[in-house]
Amino acid sequence: MCMIILENVTKIYEASNGSVTAVDNVSLQIKEGEIFGIIGYSGAGKSSLIRLLNGLEKPTNGKVIVAGRDIANIKGKELRKARQEIGMIFQHFNLLWSRTVRENIAFPLEIAGVPKEQRKKRVDELIQLVGLQGREDAYPSQLSGGQKQRVGIARALANNPKVLLCDEATSALDPQTTDSILELLVDINKRLGLTIVLITHEMHVIRKICDRVAVMENGKIVEQGEVLQVFRQPKQAITKRFVQQVVEPEETKETITHLLDKYPNGMVVQLTFVGEAAEQPLIANVVRQFQVDANILQGKISQTHQGSYGVLFVHIDGEKEEVARAIDYIRNQQVAVEVMTNAR
Amino acid sequence: MLANLLPNVEWDMIWAATVETLYMTGIAVVATFILGTILGLLLFLTSKGNLWENRLANMIIAAVVNIFRSIPFIILIILLIPLTKWMVGTMLGANAALPALIIGAAPFYARMVEIALREIDKGVIEAAKAMGASTATIIWKVLLPESLPALVSGITVTAIALVGYTAMAGVVGAGGLGNLAYLEGFQRNHNDVTFVATVLVLIIVFVIQFIGDFVTSKIDKR
Repeated sequence: MCMIILENVTKIYEASNGSVTAVDNVSLQIKEGEIFGIIGYSGAGKSSLIRLLNGLEKPTNGKVIVAGRDIANIKGKELRKARQEIGMIFQHFNLLWSRTVRENIAFPLEIAGVPKEQRKKRVDELIQLVGLQGREDAYPSQLSGGQKQRVGIARALANNPKVLLCDEATSALDPQTTDSILELLVDINKRLGLTIVLITHEMHVIRKICDRVAVMENGKIVEQGEVLQVFRQPKQAITKRFVQQVVEPEETKETITHLLDKYPNGMVVQLTFVGEAAEQPLIANVVRQFQVDANILQGKISQTHQGSYGVLFVHIDGEKEEVARAIDYIRNQQVAVEVMTNAR
Repeated sequence: MLANLLPNVEWDMIWAATVETLYMTGIAVVATFILGTILGLLLFLTSKGNLWENRLANMIIAAVVNIFRSIPFIILIILLIPLTKWMVGTMLGANAALPALIIGAAPFYARMVEIALREIDKGVIEAAKAMGASTATIIWKVLLPESLPALVSGITVTAIALVGYTAMAGVVGAGGLGNLAYLEGFQRNHNDVTFVATVLVLIIVFVIQFIGDFVTSKIDKR
């Protein structure tokens, strides 16, 4: 069952110096209960895309269906009602500074016309849910970034939405706080069965919590699929760059070049493991079965939402044929092998 | 002792003039606050990228505001004589000063309101929209509360300007401390009366400023 359907959606902004196509013929289906990530650099059109989902922006062309409602073609009261079923959180939290934590969370309930007694009860539940007990009467200026985003999340969930939109929700937070907010999102997703759509420029966020991912560039979705699949076989150059963000330590490229110079014999290979393969004693088997030396140069295993994913750079030395056979063997173990060559 | 230093001061007259000044300022501040806030909201809402974006309406309101803001107050009083006579029935007394005071101060305050509203984080308005808030809800629960400190400090400045205006209005017969200082003090060469009237105006201004600063700091939770 699809919670969100986009069909050939285009968004063009008319500016005085010509028009800008922010979203270019995008079609997308997002299932109920999944965490769907959209990644792209700034200016790729992801902010416009996510705003089409709650009608903050109207598409120039195409169809936007969220929770069975034709968002692009409703307005006034009906649109406001629909928006109450679509929560949204923001990069800069966008809390009302004039209201306490409790009053901020109560705001969407006031909008929905919930009576005072029920409002109080619901706010207490939400404060528990996001772990802000004891800070109820603080003002946003007295909170840390992570706490502010927790208020944002509680506020977005107040009216029991079916969909939660996250607009770069962790981009203004430090890595540790980012992780705790991401954990909270996963927890909410599991507990409430909420569909979450998030946009980000950090592959780390996608890796950590998303089920599926779409990569956006120049207003188009250039690649999409299961997160693990995209990590294993990124097709587009931009996707490869994003995957590198998480799997390759920064200095890898330099190190590899250096090693290729240092070991003119044998081969330097990049091994990519996914799921179970990541947990097998592969290198030990290779050394035992073939007349080769294997030297691990660099490696990293990342945990994704669906399973582990690892990259290992290994130098294999020995007789040419033996090395080739060893590589064949590795290929047969469901491990992707890429032979690194010196660019020069 | 006081009677020796200030031989010409009749305290019951001073008291009556002070009450008149406070009355004119008080009514004018309340009316300016309401009218100016409405005008300021309209200026803000009809401007580019906002909820009621409308270039024509924005231009008309802005023109009206600018015209009335540019006319020197003393000239505005004279220009408004027909209107005042029609509304109040006379050109004498405190009530006769009110139309000119309000029409003179409201556009001035409207611009301050507009600036205060423009200072509000656009993201907060967007968040309210995303929650399904109607325009009325956004005005009452986002725009006004989020700009309240600036609205209060703006009305403080405007109130002080209004005290000055009432003194000017006094010269043309509206009563109050300005009237007293001019007629009793200046024209009859009783400098002590002018002095007392000036001190009282200063006290009123200081008290307004103090109240304004105090309220602003109390409500500002940023």
